[in-house]
Amino acid sequence: MNSWLNFAISSLGFGAIFMYGATGEILTEKAGHLNLGIPGIMCMGGAGGCLALCLVAPLNLPGFLIVLAGIFGAVLFGMLTGLIYSFLTITLRANQNVTGLALTTFGAGLSRVLFGIKAMNHTTYLKFSRELFRQPFANRTDELQKLGILFFLALVICCVASWVLMRTKVGLRLRSIGENPGTADAVGVNVTKYKYIATLIGAGIAALGGFYSIIDFEASNEAYKNLEEYGWLSVALVIFSLWRPHLAIIGSIAFGFLYRCASQLTTLGGIFSAMTAQPLMKMLPYVVTIIVLIISSISKKRENQPPASLGMPYFREER
Amino acid sequence: MSTITKKKGHEPLFHLTKRSSFPGWAAWIVRLLAIAVGFIVCGLVAYILIEDNKKKPQDLMEFFEKFFTSFYNGSFKLNPSASRRYNRIWEFFRDTAILQCIALAVTPAFRMRFWNIGAEGQTLMGALAAIGAAFYLGGTVPEWVLLLIMLAVALIVSSIWAVIPALFKAQWNTNETLFTLMMNYVAIYVVDFFLKIWVPTDSSLDALPHGALPVIENNYLFIILVAAALTVFTFIYLRYTKHGYEISVVGESVRTAQYSGIHVKKVIIRTMLVSGLICGLTGFLFAGKDNTITTTSIGGQGFTAIIVSWMGYFNPLMMLFSSALVTILNRGKISTDFGVKGAYEDVFVGIVLFFVIACEFFIQYKISMRKFHTATKEKEAVK
Repeated sequence: MNSWLNFAISSLGFGAIFMYGATGEILTEKAGHLNLGIPGIMCMGGAGGCLALCLVAPLNLPGFLIVLAGIFGAVLFGMLTGLIYSFLTITLRANQNVTGLALTTFGAGLSRVLFGIKAMNHTTYLKFSRELFRQPFANRTDELQKLGILFFLALVICCVASWVLMRTKVGLRLRSIGENPGTADAVGVNVTKYKYIATLIGAGIAALGGFYSIIDFEASNEAYKNLEEYGWLSVALVIFSLWRPHLAIIGSIAFGFLYRCASQLTTLGGIFSAMTAQPLMKMLPYVVTIIVLIISSISKKRENQPPASLGMPYFREER
Repeated sequence: MSTITKKKGHEPLFHLTKRSSFPGWAAWIVRLLAIAVGFIVCGLVAYILIEDNKKKPQDLMEFFEKFFTSFYNGSFKLNPSASRRYNRIWEFFRDTAILQCIALAVTPAFRMRFWNIGAEGQTLMGALAAIGAAFYLGGTVPEWVLLLIMLAVALIVSSIWAVIPALFKAQWNTNETLFTLMMNYVAIYVVDFFLKIWVPTDSSLDALPHGALPVIENNYLFIILVAAALTVFTFIYLRYTKHGYEISVVGESVRTAQYSGIHVKKVIIRTMLVSGLICGLTGFLFAGKDNTITTTSIGGQGFTAIIVSWMGYFNPLMMLFSSALVTILNRGKISTDFGVKGAYEDVFVGIVLFFVIACEFFIQYKISMRKFHTATKEKEAVK
């Protein structure tokens, strides 16, 4: 295959990690909660999925059940980790920034511990990578092999999330909570319930991103070490895509392209040869995000702003 | 939820009110209890996850004894061998001092409710500038001049890094949390970029021969003294100066500040400048301590400092306790004592923090059972 096309496909696959992370974070932020624990949740999702695969491996289950088990494990661990955040920030009204950062420390640390225990055998879970998760292109030798089941699931989740947010009553209510929980409460929306559901589903989706990165895209036993940084890139992508899941698809491809450029430079050749350009290329997604953030704040268009109540706890008795 | 349309009995079971007065000693008891429970949960998690049966006592009490001893040993155990010129207590105080410095840096902005989560990047940029000065000027100028230059460039670069988001916040109300967060990663790759220039062939920069911090007694006391001075300075600045007062007013309500004639934009930028300067000083300490720099030199302490600052109620003196607590957690010798790999320290920091965060709720709010409430009211009505 043409090396350029190969590279484009590779960045497409890489972007799907952020697609998961960003979609999860968008749902959370639309409910007015800035979850800086997303990197930790993604780490835990990766650990949960792989642990589930290791546990079901001896059972000789049919293929689709193994895939489901992996997805279930990732979502479960992500949601459990997210539940800590939800409980502390929604019910106990803790500071969201502090809780989120603590959650990232906790999640990233615990996932590293979990990847070191005996039950977590990387040959066991990576065996399924080629056999199952990289289908239908598992037998290709080029980058297309990385576009497995979970990649397509990411696209589906992005589109569904976008549709739910923008076109359904549930989405309207969720967005109204993010803008002004007091008003939403007055209209009769159960703010607490919506916030819990949004943050938990968001955590579950983000967790899949971590799992996808380990089992499908990188398929290596070292992959879990990079997850934290990918998590922060996902938080950046939320801003870049202006809080819209469908724009996150485009944004994730752009992010993937920019970030992958750096590591592909040596193999691709032609444009840059200097090693010094690598860090500058890796910096680009963040710089672009800052620029988008600035432009959207200058333009003051209502629909491009962060949810108005983002980061603020809601206490009904204090209205 | 509109309770009128809903069927009866949907009223929430608990009823929350904000506590008007809660004695300080009681709040401290709640906090200490939360930390104690957090430690016990940490122990349980470690008991479940540690698999090496040779080093792990099977008896739970015995395990806990060893577990807590490892924290004690990590921070406070005296080193009996005189050949090694340090002991752990000094290291513990130095680590606490550095964490305290970064926490002090974020505090002024937090009191203004400006969520600066970019201390990691701001400190890193300061350290980079100082190392850059030592790299290019080391050996050509006297050592004390070099140190002054390192300090100056660190202060300048860090404050620029901190003021950029403040300018946009003041001018266009750009979301500062997200902006400063992104600046951290830009800073990391700026460091990466300069490392590629300075050491194109090697993977890391060897320790530079020049630009080490002055030695008072030992390698640690200088940093500790700086942190102590900085703590006192920040405390006075926030508590007893006009600037500190303005910061508090802006934090309470931007509108109130505007009506009372405070120039909010100026306060935002000036406060972030102070934050940046403290970060620059801390970056200088990092540079002088390590004499080298990597992309992970700060090691996430910029984020931990935010939690430390919050735990200390944004009060520089209280933050001494929280930074000591986090340092004890970080310095536990779990890995060597129990023969395990992995980031157990991070897990423990996380767990204890969750408990501290949760306990704040019970300090701030009073929970009363709704049923009990109505029952007593009925009794009163009967009377």
